[in-house]
Amino acid sequence: MVEYRIDRRSGVATYVQIVQQTKQALRLGLLEPGDKLPTAREVVEATAINPNTVLKAYRELEREGLVEARRGLGTFVRRGLNTAPADSPLRTELEAWAVRAREAGLERDDVDALFTSVLDTHFKGDES
Amino acid sequence: MTETAIEAAALGKRFGRRRKRALDGCAFQLPAGRICAVVGPNGAGKSTLLSLAAGLLHPSDGTITVLGQAPAAAREQVAYVAQDKPLHPQLTVADTLRFGRELNQRRWDDRVAERIVAEGDLDPDAKIRTLSGGQRTRVALALALGKRPELLLLDEPMADLDPLARHQLMATLMADAAERGTTVVMSSHVVAELEGACDHLLLLGAGRVRLAGPLDDLLAAHRLVTGRADAGLDPHTVVESRTTGRQLTALVRPEGPLDDTWQSTVPTLEELVLAHLRAPEAPALRLDSVPEAAV
Repeated sequence: MVEYRIDRRSGVATYVQIVQQTKQALRLGLLEPGDKLPTAREVVEATAINPNTVLKAYRELEREGLVEARRGLGTFVRRGLNTAPADSPLRTELEAWAVRAREAGLERDDVDALFTSVLDTHFKGDES
Repeated sequence: MTETAIEAAALGKRFGRRRKRALDGCAFQLPAGRICAVVGPNGAGKSTLLSLAAGLLHPSDGTITVLGQAPAAAREQVAYVAQDKPLHPQLTVADTLRFGRELNQRRWDDRVAERIVAEGDLDPDAKIRTLSGGQRTRVALALALGKRPELLLLDEPMADLDPLARHQLMATLMADAAERGTTVVMSSHVVAELEGACDHLLLLGAGRVRLAGPLDDLLAAHRLVTGRADAGLDPHTVVESRTTGRQLTALVRPEGPLDDTWQSTVPTLEELVLAHLRAPEAPALRLDSVPEAAV
């Protein structure tokens, strides 16, 4: 089970915060396939937000194929969001690249900025 | 359950010998299942509107229907908590709830009412007159929710509650809405406390409807822009604008794409409401007239 933390001052729409926090829980393995998400009632009792907002977030997660609503039972996780495993070729390439970047004299912030800019170019318009 | 919780057409109410208008030509439609904020300055007509919906006042002009009926006929499905929370001072908390059960035998749910009272650590044997304002609010809300209404009308419900009690009661209201699809209409001066909880907005000013519709749609119809003071904002509708030195800040309703020279963001509920309160002459906007497809 996850617990949502709503930041009303963040400027991020409330339903987007729920979507993002669910995805983060999937990435970290706090939620696994088969797990049940809290009911709308449980979420609003803890956060005092509008129940339709919770349902909107769950519909969005369902549209992305991450969860499924089972009538009368609740909403369940369908698949996890795995980052590439430790021994994947993509990770190996990135490791090698990071070593080269460091040898070339880049600092952590430089690498961070470079990486973010490349991400922005290639994942433009995608939601996080 | 009817699909429209409240519908008003050309609704007007005048008071007193001078027939002062508290409401004038109000038209709006509130679909069932919404959490609606009624916002506006003092004297805008918020309390009058809620009293009309509760069937305690009769319109001077126009019509208002509640759950598809005349307000007086819908009274059994409606709960109303007035701003001054009228309760009998000599009754105890337990007596007051018993009173609620006997007046609403077909709908009453003891567990709901008792839980709300218990959350506030209230002694059931305490007399109402010994309670603080916030404690009385809690009893009044227990009475209203114990009735299991389809439509809950709350006039300034949170005004004298501490932050923890506000959060608890808002959470209780939202949980009730999640479980039973209750339509909630609440007026408030504190816009920040409505943000996140409400999905529908009715902004009143001088007895008239200034904004009405689903909150997301109303926010999406506006932009908060900043730019150079000498740049033009045509053809967009300017709700409010302020100039500081060379900089112009404005709340606009874009008519088509905004020029790249403007930095623009979608306003928050508070920004939207404040801009309209500062600009009482800005044109009204209704986005609630098209019936939406069932969700």
